[in-house]
Amino acid sequence: MQEARVKADLAQASSAIRLHQTRAYWLRILAAIAALIVIAVAINWGAHGAFLQPGNILRVLRQITYNCIMGVGETFVIITAGIDLSIGSLISLSGVVMALFANALPLHGFALIAATLIVGLSVGALAGFVNAVPVVKLNLPPFITTLAMMQVALGLSFMVSHGRPVPLQSTDFQNTGFGVLLGGITGAMHLPGIPVPVIWMIVIIVAGSVLLMRTPFGRYVFALGGNEEAARLAGISVRRVKTMVYVISGMCAATVGFLYMALFSSGSPQTGTGDEMLEAIAAVVVGGTSLMGGRGTIVGTFFGALLIGLLYNAMNLLSIESYLQKVVLGAVILLAVVLDELRKRYLRRT
Amino acid sequence: MRDIGKSFPGVRALEGVSLTLYAGEVLAVVGENGAGKSTLMKILAGAHPADAGEIFVDGRRVAIETPRAAEDLGIGMIYQEFNLVPALNAIDNIVLGNEPVRGVFIDERAARDRATAVFAELGIVLPLDTEVSHLSVAQQQMVEVAKILSRHARIIVMDEPTAALTERETDRLFEIIKRLKAGGAGILYISHRMEELPRIADRVAVLRDGRLVESRAAADFPPEDVIRAMVGRRLEAHFPALPAVKADARVMLDVHDLRRAPAVNGVSFAVRAGEIVGLAGLVGAGRTEIVRAIAGADVPQEGAIEVGGRAIRIRNPSDAIACGIAFITEDRKAQGLVLGMSVRENITLAHLRDYVDRDLLIDAKREEAAASESIAELRIRTPSPEQLVRNLSGGTQQKVVLAKWLLGEAQVFLFDEPTRGIDVGAKSEIYFLMVKLAERGAAIVMVSSELPEVLGMSHRILVVRGGRIVLELPRERATPDAVIAAAAGAAA
Repeated sequence: MQEARVKADLAQASSAIRLHQTRAYWLRILAAIAALIVIAVAINWGAHGAFLQPGNILRVLRQITYNCIMGVGETFVIITAGIDLSIGSLISLSGVVMALFANALPLHGFALIAATLIVGLSVGALAGFVNAVPVVKLNLPPFITTLAMMQVALGLSFMVSHGRPVPLQSTDFQNTGFGVLLGGITGAMHLPGIPVPVIWMIVIIVAGSVLLMRTPFGRYVFALGGNEEAARLAGISVRRVKTMVYVISGMCAATVGFLYMALFSSGSPQTGTGDEMLEAIAAVVVGGTSLMGGRGTIVGTFFGALLIGLLYNAMNLLSIESYLQKVVLGAVILLAVVLDELRKRYLRRT
Repeated sequence: MRDIGKSFPGVRALEGVSLTLYAGEVLAVVGENGAGKSTLMKILAGAHPADAGEIFVDGRRVAIETPRAAEDLGIGMIYQEFNLVPALNAIDNIVLGNEPVRGVFIDERAARDRATAVFAELGIVLPLDTEVSHLSVAQQQMVEVAKILSRHARIIVMDEPTAALTERETDRLFEIIKRLKAGGAGILYISHRMEELPRIADRVAVLRDGRLVESRAAADFPPEDVIRAMVGRRLEAHFPALPAVKADARVMLDVHDLRRAPAVNGVSFAVRAGEIVGLAGLVGAGRTEIVRAIAGADVPQEGAIEVGGRAIRIRNPSDAIACGIAFITEDRKAQGLVLGMSVRENITLAHLRDYVDRDLLIDAKREEAAASESIAELRIRTPSPEQLVRNLSGGTQQKVVLAKWLLGEAQVFLFDEPTRGIDVGAKSEIYFLMVKLAERGAAIVMVSSELPEVLGMSHRILVVRGGRIVLELPRERATPDAVIAAAAGAAA
């Protein structure tokens, strides 16, 4: 009987804390949105109203899409206390390979798009698998294996494309690259439609969040990042889970490669060779995921990417020169991480 | 120390504690987990400042605000987890932060002389040029002692110094403590182990719930009184009565010629349903390695294992779990728990697949119900299943580990040092649980370095030495002398 009472008490305490946690989670999201609105209004004032135009907001969303999708994959890797440096090069390699396949496949319309995407995802998954093998078999640091993959994938990309962009012969990809959804409805309201890549981003964020927060796999990802040995002794196949996170990261990079290819109507080896990888990692970290592993969210990564995107956009509107933009962005990344650390210390103290 | 007080958010860790340590004595400070021992120690070390009270050293009032200040006052700490740099040798560790220099270079010879002098004073011989990570735990501890002595420490605080030592190493440590005493040092000795107190302490002070409850000369403070002061109530018999193994009980675990070089060299034994078998032996004898091999934590190279009469092959921990083997590791923080996860998440971690809907998503309700049930059944003292395991005491954490393994249908339980570092009350509860498991027909193997525990909680005792079972004794015939003699080798 006493046990039953303890159980009832526990259930109550637990649901109270759960409610508290859920509330805290949404409160943080609301706070992030509120902070962004404040920043946005300030920028808007500085940019004479050009910032808060629906067209400009959608432009920001569209610009962060690629960064955010890469960030989703990278979030999984970083929660296991790993890192994937190869994602930029994988955009390049998968884009080139997909363009070559798309030109060679005797297909049209949806079938062509689907087959091309599958080819690209396979390239990303394979590269992620290769990234993971030395990590799980020999316990090598992922920093090194993915650094090697970064070079290998880029080299391969230039080899198969002979260093030149591969133009798509089919026009079937145009809607994926720069089409809009609900164009009719929003058009009637004199608003721009939602870009198709943004829809991709939203779907991937939701799918990634569910995978991370609601499935055993996601739980194992956290367990691995928190204490790998305890996870292993609990019967979790550490190798399988670790391999999967690099495969997911590779597939996310390949998805970005696909979207870029559709956008530019060609697969170029130059794509993804700039700051893409670093900015994706920045989005993850600014979004509150710990580089030490064991802690993080996909939604946080989205907000991290959004913050970075808004800053770039605002600086462009305010005509800040691009070199200074980099300095500001670096400072913001540092500030975000410092603030997060201070917040954690504050919470620990109270 | 006078009227020391310290509060943490929501907890008064220490309240009005006054202690006096004289030169040339050993003052033992005992208390259950959470009694305030570590806090007291951290105040002395300058890791946390005290909120109230005053500290006097040599009659002079002092403020200890930083670890450096503590060192300058001649206060030296020896923590359970040593403060050594593993990749450096003993000399480098001893002079670390204090290196004798010639110009911009370290004066290697002066460093060596300084280290040698301290070791000579202590009467210790150990390899000075070996990386300390290659030294044994006992040797590393000696390096720690030498390190603080080289800094002229006269107040030495030791936290559970014998926790990882064998009997013989403990004897050596006590020798050294006696030397330190003779040299005029005052030693604050923090311990869980009752049986040590009469051997080493001059006075014993008992802390409970952040207060000093009793302090007496060790000579007229028998262990029973100490325990009573610690828990604040009279303890019943330390160990619960073991239920007899049924005559027709079948063999649940049969291990034949298990080998994994270098630590396990041909081990065979069987455990019947309802039986608790204790593995005794010195640290490094191969006991932990035996259970690790059975649990698939390390893969055995040779040998056959049968569970419930069925031959099984174990290549990894999940094979062992699938065969109904549960392994409660000795180091719960490093191997048993994900500290940053909640109690609920830790409890269900090994059996999460049982709480999945349509092979896809975790059913949060069922998962939580299972966790709550475990918490109620094991009386895990946590405000809620959502509490992070990091914030719980050692004994409560150990119960979370147990809850994790009780959730499955395991029939064979391997306990490695199940009560290490936990308080007396939690110990009793864990013993009681083991008995309950045995009553339900589980086969239990327990590795323990505490002789009374092995003798009190096992139906049968197997003594391990050099990775082999050297002696088997039924409970009735097992005596401490016999077990120690076998563990240390016939010559000893």
